[in-house]
Amino acid sequence: MTAVAAEGLRKRYGDTEALAGLDLEVPAGSVHGLLGPNGAGKTTAVRVLTTLTRPDGGTATVAGHDVVRDPVRVRARIGLVGQHAAVDEVLSGRQNLVMFGRLYHLGMRAAKKRADELLERFRLTEAADRTAGEYSGGMRRRLDLAAGLILAPPVLFLDEPTTGLDPRGRTEVWEAVRDLVDGGTTVLLTTQYLEEADRLADGISVIDRGRVIAEGSPERLKARIGGDRVDVVVADPEAVAGAAAVVRRVTGAEPDVDEEALRVGAPVSDRAASLTETVRALDAAGVPVADIALRRPTLDEVFLHLTESEEVPA
Amino acid sequence: MISAPAGGGATGVRWTVIDGWTLTRRALAHWARRPGEMVAGLLFPVMVVVMMGYLFGGQMDVPGGGDYREFIMPGMFAMTMVFGIEATFAAVAGDAAKGVTDRFRSMPMAPSAVVVGRAAADLLYSVAGLAVMVVCGLAMGWRWHDGVPAALAAFGLLLLLRFALVWPGIYLALLAKGPESLVAVQILVWPVVFLSSALVAPGTMPGWLGAVAEWNPMSATVTACRDLFGDPTVTGTSWAAGHGLLMALAWPLAITAVFLPLSVRRYRDRGR
Ligand SMILES: Nc1ncnc2c1ncn2[C@@H]1O[C@H](COP(=O)(O)OP(=O)(O)OP(=O)(O)O)[C@@H](O)[C@H]1O
Ligand SMILES: [Mg+2]
Repeated sequence: MTAVAAEGLRKRYGDTEALAGLDLEVPAGSVHGLLGPNGAGKTTAVRVLTTLTRPDGGTATVAGHDVVRDPVRVRARIGLVGQHAAVDEVLSGRQNLVMFGRLYHLGMRAAKKRADELLERFRLTEAADRTAGEYSGGMRRRLDLAAGLILAPPVLFLDEPTTGLDPRGRTEVWEAVRDLVDGGTTVLLTTQYLEEADRLADGISVIDRGRVIAEGSPERLKARIGGDRVDVVVADPEAVAGAAAVVRRVTGAEPDVDEEALRVGAPVSDRAASLTETVRALDAAGVPVADIALRRPTLDEVFLHLTESEEVPA
Repeated sequence: MISAPAGGGATGVRWTVIDGWTLTRRALAHWARRPGEMVAGLLFPVMVVVMMGYLFGGQMDVPGGGDYREFIMPGMFAMTMVFGIEATFAAVAGDAAKGVTDRFRSMPMAPSAVVVGRAAADLLYSVAGLAVMVVCGLAMGWRWHDGVPAALAAFGLLLLLRFALVWPGIYLALLAKGPESLVAVQILVWPVVFLSSALVAPGTMPGWLGAVAEWNPMSATVTACRDLFGDPTVTGTSWAAGHGLLMALAWPLAITAVFLPLSVRRYRDRGR
């Protein structure tokens, strides 16, 4: 079963093509990550899928209903947590949740009960009767998330749900998401944190300029830019260029250079042999090495690799 | 995993009323949580009327005789209603900027409930504002002279004007870039008040300004209220000035007929 299906979604704002034929397929019960640089079209995609914005072209169904033709049915089956906390800042946290519960057409008692449960779950019980406008950014974010979870909807959209949260807040959000998924909810989340997608998502769509440029499980995406990598950290800034030259020669690949961290890295095909050869070549070239290691690529590197290579032909 | 309750998606009149009431209660809760703000809002017109009545009142002549304070009181009531558009604008623009509007739009609630709830809350607030002004007027010597039914009809006309202004308030707020544009609305509201028969007789203004003032929707309500209260009034030269009561009904209905559909559509199509 497919929970979210989009085909050729287009949306134009003046000269900007926010969505340029976006395709998406999210199996029910899975977590799907939408990754992309600023302005890639993530929020626009979420707005179209949550019926807030009408697409210029293409089709999309959410929980089996067309977002353009049947928005009311879609709205009854989704939760949305937008990029910016959307809560009433004059009301207390509890008043917010009760109000939203009522607007989801829960009875007064059910709305109050649900509010209490969610306050408890997001560690807001103590602050429940304080004005939401006085909450810290993280608390407001958690309240916002709680409001999106009132119905435990079949499909939940989270637009950068952990931006601005401390590590503890982030962990709580992740746990809440996993809980929901265990209960059968499908989650579509956008994020800047690749770690987040790596930890949570079953599938990832990397989008850039309104189009999907890569798709697959985190593992598959990592595999796409080669398996292992060799990382060299040099002892002083002068040596970075020398190290880069050596790594280029040994691996045959253009190395990624991080000037600040004094690190040079490149994908390698043959683990042990490459490591030995790199060590030897660095030694021969007289490059002062602080550290050298073999490791798996991070999703960050996959991401940069994909979005950069996309920019070249433009 | 906590099992979540099931809600219902619904449209139709029944849910418009229920969801609208939930949002009206939200506004009531705002006032309860921020009583200072509410009281300041209620007292601002009182300050204006005291200033007008006692500071400038001595210098002003009421055409055809009569007490200046009695003359301006209906104008001050109407001014309180017209100022209300600022409250509408601020509330709607604030929700739009904070993303609360979009949250509502992503929920299975009745779409029209948002504007209905706003209108009801604003009218409740205006009833309170009007009550405060009436007490203030009575304290300053203003009276209604033609009986309670006529006075009630006048209050009805004032609230009708306020109701009509809800819709341009919502429409402009959804059109605006952000809540900062409130300043622009505040600046625009004053000329509407001054270019009317609320404080002075339009006959004393330069010709074309006087005509604008006589056709001002606010003047229509003021003139009709003066008649209904039996307070000192001005006689104008234009057709509008001669048909105060008719215009006091026609203007608000026309404003509502234009801006109610516009604001509902603007709300529905936000971000399209
Ligand atoms: N309402 C709008 N009016 C005009 N341009 C818009 C509008 N919404 C989005 N855009 C433009 O469309 C493009 C995609 O924006 P979008 O917000 O979807 O990106 P995003 O991937 O969510 O970015 P971010 O990571 O910064 O949140 C951007 O160039 C943006 O400027
Ligand atoms: Mg975004």
